[in-house]
Amino acid sequence: MTAVEEVPLSAAGNPIGFGSMKRVEDQRFVRGQGNYVDDVNLPGMLHSAILRSPFAHARIVSIDTSAAEALPGVVAVITGKILEGIPRPSLLGDNFAWMPTLSYDTQAVLATDKVRFQGQEVAFVIAENRYIAKDALELIDVEYEPLEPVMDAKRAMAPDAPVIRDDKGQTDNSITDVHGHKTWESGNAIGTAEAIAKAEADPNCVVVSEDIMYPRVHPAPMETCGSVAYLDKVTGQLTLYTTSQAPHAHRTVYAMVAGLPEQKIRVISPDIGGGFGNKVGVYPGYVLSIVGSIVTGKPVKWMEDRSENLMSTSFARDYHMSGKIAATKDGKIIAVDVDVLADHGAFNGVAQPTNFPAGFFHIFSGSYDYEFAHCKVTPVYTNKAPGGVAYACSFRITEAAYFIERMVDCLAQELDMDPAELRLKNLIKPEQFPYTSPTGWEYDSGQYEKTMRVAMEIAGYDELRREQAEKRARGEYMGIGISFFTEGVGAGPRKTMDILGLGMADGIELRVHPTGKAVLRISVQSQGQGHETTYAQIVAHELGIPPEDIDVVHGDTDQTPFGLGTYGSRSTPVSGAAAAVVSRKVKDRARIVAAAALECSPDDLEWELGRWYVKGDKERGKTIQEIALLSHSSLELPEGVEGQLDATAVYNPPNLTYPYGCYICVVDVDPGTGQVKVRRFIAVDDCGVRINPMIVEGQVHGGLADGIGMALMEVIAFDNDGNCLGGSFMDYLLPTAIECPDWELGETVTPSPHHPIGAKGVGESATVGSPAAVVNAVIDAISPFGVRHADMPLTPANVWRAIQGRPVRVDMAVE
Amino acid sequence: MQTPAPVDYVRATSVANAIALLTEHGEEARLLAGGHSLLPMMKLRLARPELLIDINDLDELRGIRVDGNELVVGAMTTHAEILDSGILSEHYAIFREAEKVIADPIVRNKGTMGGSMCQADPSEDLSAVGSALKGSVVIQGAGGTRTVPMREFHEGPYETKVADGEILIEARFPIRPGAGSAYEKVERRVGDWPVCSAGAFVVVAGGVISECGIGLTAVGAPHFCAEDAEAFLVGKAPTEENLEAAAQLAADACQPQADQRGPADYKQHLAKELTLRALRRAVAATQGA
Amino acid sequence: MEVTISINGTPVTRDIEPRMLLVHFVREEAGLRGTHWGCDTSNCGTCTLWVDDTPVKSCTMLAAQADGHAVTTVEGLEKGGELDPVQKGFIECHGLQCGFCTPGMLMTGRWLLDNNPKPSEEEIREAISGQICRCTGYKNIVKSIQWAAENPAAVDQVESEVNA
Repeated sequence: MTAVEEVPLSAAGNPIGFGSMKRVEDQRFVRGQGNYVDDVNLPGMLHSAILRSPFAHARIVSIDTSAAEALPGVVAVITGKILEGIPRPSLLGDNFAWMPTLSYDTQAVLATDKVRFQGQEVAFVIAENRYIAKDALELIDVEYEPLEPVMDAKRAMAPDAPVIRDDKGQTDNSITDVHGHKTWESGNAIGTAEAIAKAEADPNCVVVSEDIMYPRVHPAPMETCGSVAYLDKVTGQLTLYTTSQAPHAHRTVYAMVAGLPEQKIRVISPDIGGGFGNKVGVYPGYVLSIVGSIVTGKPVKWMEDRSENLMSTSFARDYHMSGKIAATKDGKIIAVDVDVLADHGAFNGVAQPTNFPAGFFHIFSGSYDYEFAHCKVTPVYTNKAPGGVAYACSFRITEAAYFIERMVDCLAQELDMDPAELRLKNLIKPEQFPYTSPTGWEYDSGQYEKTMRVAMEIAGYDELRREQAEKRARGEYMGIGISFFTEGVGAGPRKTMDILGLGMADGIELRVHPTGKAVLRISVQSQGQGHETTYAQIVAHELGIPPEDIDVVHGDTDQTPFGLGTYGSRSTPVSGAAAAVVSRKVKDRARIVAAAALECSPDDLEWELGRWYVKGDKERGKTIQEIALLSHSSLELPEGVEGQLDATAVYNPPNLTYPYGCYICVVDVDPGTGQVKVRRFIAVDDCGVRINPMIVEGQVHGGLADGIGMALMEVIAFDNDGNCLGGSFMDYLLPTAIECPDWELGETVTPSPHHPIGAKGVGESATVGSPAAVVNAVIDAISPFGVRHADMPLTPANVWRAIQGRPVRVDMAVE
Repeated sequence: MQTPAPVDYVRATSVANAIALLTEHGEEARLLAGGHSLLPMMKLRLARPELLIDINDLDELRGIRVDGNELVVGAMTTHAEILDSGILSEHYAIFREAEKVIADPIVRNKGTMGGSMCQADPSEDLSAVGSALKGSVVIQGAGGTRTVPMREFHEGPYETKVADGEILIEARFPIRPGAGSAYEKVERRVGDWPVCSAGAFVVVAGGVISECGIGLTAVGAPHFCAEDAEAFLVGKAPTEENLEAAAQLAADACQPQADQRGPADYKQHLAKELTLRALRRAVAATQGA
Repeated sequence: MEVTISINGTPVTRDIEPRMLLVHFVREEAGLRGTHWGCDTSNCGTCTLWVDDTPVKSCTMLAAQADGHAVTTVEGLEKGGELDPVQKGFIECHGLQCGFCTPGMLMTGRWLLDNNPKPSEEEIREAISGQICRCTGYKNIVKSIQWAAENPAAVDQVESEVNA
């Protein structure tokens, strides 16, 4: 299970197993022959558009759609009132105007009584083409009675704040989770409070307090969300092409929501142009396209604009965190406490396992060894779009990792200690694994100090600090920021982890055809991660079948086994494990077939890649291809052994896996303008065994760019009137090739002890770990001006104001 | 994606034809040049002309040339052409420096100088360049052509002296031998509108500044320039002290508005800081000349 | 109105509304779906194609403006069954993940190399600075274009194209 073994190459030059290999998917994408949802065209297909609320909070007095309906080319206009009139024959009650969210709340499909965020869906137009559909939107006359909007999470908690969810009979804006709780806690509340109080009183200790915001950001994949729905009235079959990271979960949700028989629903996620958690939830637009098809009898396409994507689909983060870190003066961390106010928007739509209403935020204790940690998360409603768990957050681990890495740097500044030295003093040691964190996580494996030293070596850390000192003496400001993160991915053990009651164990199916070629059907859904290539490599590694002889099928619920989809970096840890397990089932059956053919006992056989052979007589053996043909032949098999060479499996992970890494960012700051230039970014990841290093590195590169974006430019802010200030790519800025440096990558490999191939997953690691590295670097650069913390995004204006000692509030309109 | 409202389309065959069409259709017609200011507005349905008059066939409006002691840039010259122009860069570095930070390379292939100037966004960079260089524009209508100094061209945000039935023909910039120029811009990210931009040219003779121009955009500088600062510098040595005093005067002339690009005090600060940096480099460029 | 646009060398004539955007003409009237769209404000660049050999954001152009002109899309890069060096470079160097920004990046990469056969890393980053990728972090896109610069089309292949 080491990465250093020689891997033989196939006839096509591909590694038969792990190693860098060109992607099979590229063949269609470089030719412009990807098949994305907007490329889907069915005969007779209609187009649609959604009318959205200009107000963040308003009562709907009346809606007049008559002029829109009269526009030539318009086929139907649907409002909330019409949806209310369609009874929903399902367990989840009431009518089509409301649908369940992944957090057991309800969300309006189309607004009925009130609108509760700017951009909320109000009416649905179906027309012959998208131009006419847009024209019709302008002809719908909605009379609103504006209400005071609640745009600030703290304000939402005030006793005199307007109540947003009066539809649920609420009298305040607190969110009650499915377990009946209004807050969520983890860790040792009493022990942590006592440890902090003790440290406060102890002259040999320090306690550093800091308010740290992780502002609202958005995954913004390059392809927006959309669907093409066709309900065939004759067969009763609903076919839904959709941008979904979890086709099976969506199918089950539609069965529950629409009351349609689940065996008649086929969800197809074709090529997806980026997901990043944006495409996990079920959006009103998808439901409306289904309703549209029911109403018109034709296929109906809904593709959202970019502004709709940014204003109404799942945002990410929006955590207001108040932290305390206690330590001895020589740098041993004693305790960490954090109080979080979580802004969930107008509907509680966070996507995470049922038992974890704050996701995995309680991994905030981080990569350090200490006894006391405690967190309390209080979610509230505001008049903003719903969501929260998205943008590669690994279920709130982005928030947690950012929090602890910022706190550690604040502590380093307070102690006047080098931040690398402080971390090295506290990192969990190799012999402590598996390590039980103060909040109950069992980290599977790690060589933390080793990884950190590799990063420091690549960076030339000591030399950088020398350069920094020289520059400071000249009035030039460079900064060095470190982020050491541990995340937990691969949700998850079905006993503890389910989403809407669906346990997070995934199925898989492998068939080896008579000519020795194979088809692997997986439950997870690539949005660019290269599953068609890497999963073939896993099977190749296990069975010795060349990757080019293995077809990987995903995305179509009719063609693939049930699973919870791809997000939270769970593909490799769960479905990748399943691929190894199912391959081993095939290998075990192959042994029996080979033994039958070789007329010996299965115990007499040994395995070398691609072949079972007789112990001590290597010439006598059967290749996997020969065995495949034999398993389909007339060869007599032992009692109880089935023919053919197919197998299925459902993998229930025993634990999460814990990828980790050390990132170092070097910036140069111009204090006269506040501009930040990221000069270098060093990233050393340990994701266990690497199936395809080229793809692993690509995943890291992409996540590092996210960090640049969030640290320096990405934010969805609002003004007090409720206007969303991040509703286009002119306002919601994404990093380009200019802002991103040439990433410098390194790796260590510490296999996961419980994963069948020792792999941990890496898809979100870089998004988790990078923002803190950039922010720590900028703060480090401007610390001579007395700055200990400033919230991201650190735009030039925000950096300059931080230097002046008058930081701006990043999530509200600039005043 | 968002789509425009219904509109009619016609291609102008000549400048005279374009003017005739504009005159015939009045304010319901808009000229379509590069389209990268107008079409985005139409897609958002903030602009709803009834007729688009495409002037892309009018080659007579393209091109960069020297005419006597002026540089002439045709209105349909693209940002990319201005960026790459050897004629312009030979005389003033400010053109290339500004174009390098306007929009992005693909948009620069289509966006035109005339289109940008006529859109007259208060954050538009070429307006600052033109004002700094004390250029002028030539406008043609049914009654003939007229020349308007760039410092009188803007009537307010998104409003210029180009009247109904008129078309911007070209921009003209005085050639000043020995002049040094520079452009400074702060943006949140490449391609963004400026938080603040400042550009300047100086001519130094006999150890003092004999002529200078300072242009600013995105910070509410009247007519995109800072005349008091310019007047202060004329006749003075280009010392750091004098340049800084001028930069302060330039900032004093600005009235920046707070927005998501930054608070007003920051923009005010940038107006001074960037003017100072532009002046320093403009002066340094003269010494090299 | 009727427009005729030559797309990848083949004239396409359709009767369209004047307001139809070029990106929709290419995707829906001509059926070439390799050119994508991803924003409302001309920022993302997934719609980039060539009009008369110059990259343009086709979401910010009317099909009517391209009437009588030549358009080249990603589908036009492959010639005689042979992928263009930029296409090969993106495969060699893992320059794409989800593939959505890729056609636009390929068109800009090809144009850059046609005008600047040996660009520096800085010039490559500058050339693609108007186009967003959310997957790759750009490093491998740069490497892919560098690969194409170092591995141009074989001379005899170019000759056969010229003679074709």
